[in-house]
Amino acid sequence: MTKAGTGTQALEATGAPVPVVGEDHGVTRRLFSSVWVAMSGSVLLAVVLSAALAPYLWTGDPLAINPISRLKPVSAEFWLGTDSFGRDVYSRVIYGARTSLLVGAGVSLVALSFGLAIGVVAGYFRSLDSFIMRVMDGIMAIPGILLAIALVTFSGASLATVVVAIAVPEVPRVVRLVRSVILSVRTEPYVEAAISLGTPTATLLLRHMVPNTIAPLIIQGTFVFASAMLAEAAMSFLGVGLPPEIPSWGNIMAEGRAYFQQIPGLILYPGIVLALTVLTVNIIGDALRDTLDPRMARNI
Amino acid sequence: MFRYIATRLLSTIPVMGVVALVVFVILRLTPGDPAVMIAGDSATTAQLEEIRRMLGLDEPVHVQFVIWASELLRGDFGTSLISNVPVFTMIFGRIGPTLSLSLSIILVSIIIAVPLGVIAAWKQGTIVDRAVSAFAVLGLSMPSFLAGYILILGFAITLDWLPVQGYRPLSGGFWPYAERLILPTLALSAAYIALISRITRTSVLEVMGEDYVRTARAKGLRERSVLIHHALRNAAVPIITVIGLGITNLLSGVVVTESVFNIPGLGRLVVEAVLARDYPVIQALILLFSFAFILINLIVDVLYTVLDPRIRY
Repeated sequence: MTKAGTGTQALEATGAPVPVVGEDHGVTRRLFSSVWVAMSGSVLLAVVLSAALAPYLWTGDPLAINPISRLKPVSAEFWLGTDSFGRDVYSRVIYGARTSLLVGAGVSLVALSFGLAIGVVAGYFRSLDSFIMRVMDGIMAIPGILLAIALVTFSGASLATVVVAIAVPEVPRVVRLVRSVILSVRTEPYVEAAISLGTPTATLLLRHMVPNTIAPLIIQGTFVFASAMLAEAAMSFLGVGLPPEIPSWGNIMAEGRAYFQQIPGLILYPGIVLALTVLTVNIIGDALRDTLDPRMARNI
Repeated sequence: MFRYIATRLLSTIPVMGVVALVVFVILRLTPGDPAVMIAGDSATTAQLEEIRRMLGLDEPVHVQFVIWASELLRGDFGTSLISNVPVFTMIFGRIGPTLSLSLSIILVSIIIAVPLGVIAAWKQGTIVDRAVSAFAVLGLSMPSFLAGYILILGFAITLDWLPVQGYRPLSGGFWPYAERLILPTLALSAAYIALISRITRTSVLEVMGEDYVRTARAKGLRERSVLIHHALRNAAVPIITVIGLGITNLLSGVVVTESVFNIPGLGRLVVEAVLARDYPVIQALILLFSFAFILINLIVDVLYTVLDPRIRY
């Protein structure tokens, strides 16, 4: 663990707090017994299924504008009312699940794969470590949502730019996690044995070291997934996220802002669905952490 | 101690340099020409050239960075492209509401969350403990703007106790100032109360099993005194860490909350600048927030040594 010393120095250099955050698996284990996890799983499954089966769930066209039925309350025809363009909010919320889940999955994929690649390089090739970690510290110092907003603004709003923009601030945390795992397995006897046998670097990394990062990455992935959905909603809500024609929970809420006093449902319904989805992902993430890696603290 | 603080202050200078470089590189590497973004698609080539020259975009990239960095060092954050007002003046005029909101959120969160966490640890396994834990997970999953609208709906529209939105400076009297801060503070505090109470509970629980806690009880000290002076005091370092981390997240949360409650602070300024593509303002704000992050972390580190004299750097 001699190499780990540079890690603490890197933390101190940024002024980033030394991670002394304790573990709290006890809380979640007691609170979210298997019943809670099963419930969360079913809610999440329902959200995923409705996203996948959106056209078959008695939805209309989420983009169809109908000026006659603007801002209608909840009724048999419009289950969650209509927005200021007369669009059916129920259909938009269901189709919005597609966007939110897509953003969550996309951001996790981008952040985890870049984080894994950079983290392995930083953890294994010691000469590059301090340069990479300095850059990562720099990115971490920038508030995530500001960075994402700026990136989207200057590259043009689209699903792809939003995904990349939300992923960029998440990368340094994944890098730190992967790097710390790589640093700790480097000194394991089986890795040293593999090195002394002359194992090629690629095999050494892929067969002996990277598999150790998979469990922590899955756990980190659930938290990235949840926070990406929140970030997308916040950005779209502010009008600096996805283009308004894409139905997403954030866009429905953004559209409802001006009419909140008349029709609070425009913000409340998509908001509650979003909060519920994020909650289930967080509960599942906590449960995964307890099962896969009880020693892992949340704030790495 | 002073020597330590001075060394740490000096050591933040290269970090701030790295941050400035990262901000610069990321914004320049972004596909899309800022000149086109500012002028719109219908701009003529001559107009584009003019904007590029104004922004200094006609120079090679490394020259641009040197010019920009040397201006920064002299305290020149540039001038707004839209209003022609110096960026520094714009930021200075909007900092009051953001500071008020952030301070009240930090105070309220600590005042509510630390006792909650201590009680949860003390009553470990009871319904109180479970309720605190459940609230913590809920608070972390709730988007702050949703919390904001629910509070507006409940306390401002239905009950009509508080104003829906807006901001009054403190110079206009305390109550008009305070009543407009209550709902935004509550909306954004939920997540921090969740975060801080959770870590307080965990770290107090960890020290509750220590010998000195048992000794304190054996001496016949009152439970309150044991909890506050022996348990909480020794559990303080992780709690302070999380409070510091929370403040840095808070800076992002403020952007959204100020929009919900129509508070004319730095968060609104960010959104306005982004919608108007006011390049220098955006750049300066990102830097300002990042530097605030670095300074807060520095303060947290200094607090470590105050709270736990065993920590020496």
